[in-house]
Amino acid sequence: MAPVLEVSGLSTVFHTRGGTVRAVQDMSFSVEPGELLAVVGESGCGKTMMALSLMRLIPSPPGKIVAGSVRVAGTDLLTLDEAAMRKARGSEIAMIFQEPMTALNPLLTVGRQISEMVALHENVSGKAARERAVEMLHHVRIPEPRRRAGEYPHQMSGGMRQRAMIAMALACKPKVLIADEPTTALDVTIQAQVLDLIDDLRQEMGTAVVLITHDLGVVAEVADRMIVMYAGRKVEEGGIGDLFADPKHPYLRGLLASVPRIGQPKRLQEIAGTVPPLSNLPPGCAFAPRCPSAIDTCRDTMPGLEPKRPNHLAACWVS
Amino acid sequence: MLLEVNDLRKYFPGPSGWLGKAADHVHAIDGVSFAIQEGKTLGLVGESGCGKSTVGRSILRLIEPTSGTIRFEGTDITGMASRQLRALRRRMQIVFQDPYSSLNPRRRVGDIVAEPLLVHGIASRSERRAKTQALFERVGLRPQQMELYPHQFSGGQRQRISIARALALGPKLIVADEPVSALDVSVQAQVINLLMDLQTQEKLSYLFISHNLAVVEHVSHQVAVMYLGRIVEYADTKQIFDRPLHPYTQALMTAVPMPDPSRRRQKQHLGGDVPSPVNRPPGCHFHPRCPLAQDRCRSEDPMPREVEPGHQVACHLA
Repeated sequence: MAPVLEVSGLSTVFHTRGGTVRAVQDMSFSVEPGELLAVVGESGCGKTMMALSLMRLIPSPPGKIVAGSVRVAGTDLLTLDEAAMRKARGSEIAMIFQEPMTALNPLLTVGRQISEMVALHENVSGKAARERAVEMLHHVRIPEPRRRAGEYPHQMSGGMRQRAMIAMALACKPKVLIADEPTTALDVTIQAQVLDLIDDLRQEMGTAVVLITHDLGVVAEVADRMIVMYAGRKVEEGGIGDLFADPKHPYLRGLLASVPRIGQPKRLQEIAGTVPPLSNLPPGCAFAPRCPSAIDTCRDTMPGLEPKRPNHLAACWVS
Repeated sequence: MLLEVNDLRKYFPGPSGWLGKAADHVHAIDGVSFAIQEGKTLGLVGESGCGKSTVGRSILRLIEPTSGTIRFEGTDITGMASRQLRALRRRMQIVFQDPYSSLNPRRRVGDIVAEPLLVHGIASRSERRAKTQALFERVGLRPQQMELYPHQFSGGQRQRISIARALALGPKLIVADEPVSALDVSVQAQVINLLMDLQTQEKLSYLFISHNLAVVEHVSHQVAVMYLGRIVEYADTKQIFDRPLHPYTQALMTAVPMPDPSRRRQKQHLGGDVPSPVNRPPGCHFHPRCPLAQDRCRSEDPMPREVEPGHQVACHLA
């Protein structure tokens, strides 16, 4: 199938008093309709800035997308004027956030917020837009959708609010959904429900999903493919099966060994040190200072992404 | 037993009703009993609003329990006056979830760690400095870092500072309230290993409060699962993970995402939301979400009972 989202050479920087922060560097990837691509990394690795770059929501200044293209169904979003981009948000590409309470307007009912979004994008009557809101709430499995549409965000539980936000994001049937840590603020039993929902909806509606997360468990649960980010760059990419069974980059290997797993109590493997600040990266591989297998080359020359097996890329000199 | 908690309850006044008359109480903790042995860890696990943090704070009497008894090293501390409590707090300490808000941003971290020594008037200035240095080394920080401020540290390092502060007075029990939840995975492992090493070295006991079952299994000798203010299952870690008996424990275990795609399958996930502790369902609090619920569960409260030695479950059907 032809990819619906094609990102190529995307780079985003922030000009701060402390210097230029290279938040996203040379990111390229593509996602097919109905496919779920996970972007994994720890805090400060640039994954959220990458997501915001796709939506062109980078706060500017100080942020700026300095290179690359973001094509949705062939159209490069980075070349659109602001009006066209506003139209594209919601109908072509939509985003959901970690904390629905701050993403929803507390003063408007949930139904009103969804129907407003529909009315902005499509030439429909107010009544039809309101009907669509109820339909969408039903679609995200909110019980009694008609009554719930009349409620304010604070009247809903965290899980319910996240469903409402998903309903709003999908109301205009975007081709691509960016989900930035959508279940991180939720309890595990509610997280499982919301992940199931995202998984079902992408299959029903054929939406391509980019799921940003730090949780490898969540990735293993729902993703088809995964990108691992470290210090603003992609360091590994491949199918879920390959990456979990035979990770090539020492960073992913370390991450997988550091997660406690139910039924396997043994001492956790640590990754020494911490993520380097993006404003002050080492000259070679950014992971080298923490890497147990680093050699001299790693410390002075940045490794490029190489195929380590079919459909499995990694940027590492030693693997 | 180092710590014995018996029928602990904490009711907060609910939102006031008509004409300022207090409405229903929030039953944050509703008859919780457990014990922790010296050198052991009890994992207290549950979802948000189940009362697990309130239990942790009540034990230190940072929150006054409504009723019940807390015995620490054989002494009932429930009614203890604040002067005695102060001495007691040398023996029990707490580490909080968020290392960003639990350290004073305007003070040097060396002073933060030394403060308990100062407050309890334990050591002279030079002794305090030596002790603080030793504490820094013990938690994996460099003594030179004592002069820095909290913002100059990463989240994992800040949690190490909080742990050093908790260790300063040589406590027997540490209440660790979600100590690794705010940390990145790679750093989480460092802090978990540190806590476990300290336990072996110092014979520390932990009440380890967490929503993460995998972490709890990893660090605990015993596990108590809480739901809406009550312990619904309580057993040795191996027992509860090999054979979870309460439907809620079982649901929690299936819901935890495992980093292993080969185990991905069509799981049956628990429906519904966690109910509010103000409006608790009658009978077994879990029945509206329970896939096995019967008539009896809707009307009759299940009491905890021992179904095998050391394994308690509050469920009519287990």
